[in-house]
Amino acid sequence: MRQLGRIYLLAILFFLYTPILVMMAMGFNESQLYELPFSFSTRWYVALMDNQQLLKAGMNSIIIAVITAVIATCLGTMASIALSRRTFRGKSLLQLLLLPPIAIPWLITGTAMLVFFYWSGIGRGMHALLIGHVALAIPYVVLVVGTGFNTIRADLEEAAMSLGSTPIHAFFAVTLPLLFPSILGAALFAFAVSLDQFVISYFLATPGYSTLPVQIYSAIRKGFTPEINAISTLLLLGSMAAILIFARFAKPGDVSDKR
Amino acid sequence: MRSDTILNDAARGSSDPRQRRPIPAWVATTALLLPTYGWLTLAVLLPLLTMFVFSFMSATPMGKTPIVFTLKHYRAFIDQPYLINIAWTSLVIGFWTTLLCAVFGFLAAVALARATVGRMRETLLVLLLLPFWTNGLVRVFSWTMVLRENGFLDGVVHMLLPDIGSVSFLYTRYAIVLGLVHGYLPYMILTCYIALSTIDDAIIEAAASLGARWWTILLRILLPLAAPGLISGAVLTFVPVIGSFMEPRILGGKVGVTMGTVIEDQFTQAFNWPLGAALSFTLLAVVLAIFATFSGVLRRGTTA
Repeated sequence: MRQLGRIYLLAILFFLYTPILVMMAMGFNESQLYELPFSFSTRWYVALMDNQQLLKAGMNSIIIAVITAVIATCLGTMASIALSRRTFRGKSLLQLLLLPPIAIPWLITGTAMLVFFYWSGIGRGMHALLIGHVALAIPYVVLVVGTGFNTIRADLEEAAMSLGSTPIHAFFAVTLPLLFPSILGAALFAFAVSLDQFVISYFLATPGYSTLPVQIYSAIRKGFTPEINAISTLLLLGSMAAILIFARFAKPGDVSDKR
Repeated sequence: MRSDTILNDAARGSSDPRQRRPIPAWVATTALLLPTYGWLTLAVLLPLLTMFVFSFMSATPMGKTPIVFTLKHYRAFIDQPYLINIAWTSLVIGFWTTLLCAVFGFLAAVALARATVGRMRETLLVLLLLPFWTNGLVRVFSWTMVLRENGFLDGVVHMLLPDIGSVSFLYTRYAIVLGLVHGYLPYMILTCYIALSTIDDAIIEAAASLGARWWTILLRILLPLAAPGLISGAVLTFVPVIGSFMEPRILGGKVGVTMGTVIEDQFTQAFNWPLGAALSFTLLAVVLAIFATFSGVLRRGTTA
C-alpha cells in the first residue's frame, strides 16, 4: 500500500511538472516552429536580449513587484498587529473584508477596478497597477504575519512592559525581532503574488505600460516564437526561487487561505 | 477649580515624572488599521460599488449619448438566449474540473499523509505546491507545447505507436479542463492534506486491528473526516474556474467561449461596459451564494 501511494504521488508530480519542463526545453530548441528532433541552442535567449518590449515589460514587473512587496508588507503588518493583539468591536467584520481580494474571481475585481479607475480619473498605467497589486497582496501578508503572531507568546511583550518598557519599545525590542522571519516571508510572498499577477494587470495596463505576463499573453494570442518560452522560463524560475525562500521562513502548510 | 488642576498635575507628575500620556487604545488600533482598509476600500470596495452602478446604465458613459438607468442588462439571459448555453458551458467545465481535482487531489493527500514521513513528506509537499505559486498563464501556455499537433504528446505517442494519427486535442473543452485541473490540483491537495493531518492515527490503527480493509478505511474513515478540506478545496476551485477567461482562450481557441471570455470581451472588444458589469455581478452573485452555502465548512476547513 505504502509503495502504491508513493508511485501515485510520483505520477502526480509527473503530471504537474511535465508541461512546465517541456515548455522550458522548447526554449532551448533551435527550431522556430517547435519542431523535433531537439537540437540544443541558446539562440532564443540571445534573441531575448534584443527584444526591448519584453525586457521593458520584465523590468516593469520586477519594479512593481518590489514596490508592492514593500507597501503591502508595511500596511499588512500594521493591520496584523491590530487584528492579532488587540480586541475591539467589529474585528470579525474587518477580517471578513480581507477576503474579497482573494475570494472573488480576479476577472470581476479587475474589471471593477477598470471601471472605477476610469470613472474616477485615476486612469490606467503603473500607479493603477500598483493600487491593484498591493490590494491583492495585503490579505496574504496579514495572513502570513498573523500566523507568525500565533507562534509568539504575548506574555513576552507583557514581561518587557512590566520591567519598565513602554509598549512601543517592547514591540520594537521584543516582538518585532521574533516576528521578523514571518515579515520577510510575507514580503517574498507579496513579491511572488505581484510578479505572477496577470488578470488585474491585463485590465489596468496601457499600450505603453504593461507587465511581463500581459506581454506574454498578447504574444500567445498573436503568434509566438520560442522567445516566449525563454522569458517564461526566467519568470517561472524567479517566482519559484521567491516561494522556495519563503518556504524556509514560514511553513507552506500554514498558508491555507490561498488561491 | 484651578487648584484642583494644579493638584492633579502635581499628583501625575509625582507618580512618575518620565511617563508620558499613553496613546488611547482606540487611536492606536485605528492608526494601525486605517492604511490597510483605506487601501482596500479604494482598490476593491469602491470599484465593486462603481461597477454595480454601471451595470444599470444604458450605455458606456464615454461618448455624448445620454445615460439612462435601466435593468435591461440583467435581462440579457432572457434577451440573448445564447448566453444560457455559454453559462452552461462554464458550469460544466467548472463541474468536471472540480470533480477531477477532488478525486485526484484527495487520493494524493491520502498518499501524502499515510505513505510518507518526515523530510520526504515535507519535500513532496513543497514540490506539489510549488507549481501553484508560479505563473498560471505560463503553465497554461506550457500545455499548448504538450497538446499541439506534433507537440510533446504526439511525439511520445508516435514513438510507441508510429502508425496512429495525431492525438492532439488542443482547442477542445478537454484541453481547457486539463489545463484547469493542472492549475487547481495543488490547492485541492493542500486543503485535503490539512484536514487529513488532524486525524488521529489511533483511529485508523483501531479500524485496521478490527479487520477493516484499506478501502473501508479510505471510504468510511478518511473520506468523511477529510470532508471539510474536500469541500473548501472544491469551493475554492469551482469559484475561480467559472470566472476564468485566459485558460479557455488559450487552450480552447474557438470553442473556448465561457462566461469569463464573454465578460472580458465586453470590456476589451465590444466596449459594452454596462453589460459586462451586469454579467460580472450575476457571476458575483453566484460566487457569493456558493460562499454563503458553504461558509460554515469553509471556516472550519481553513482553520482546522
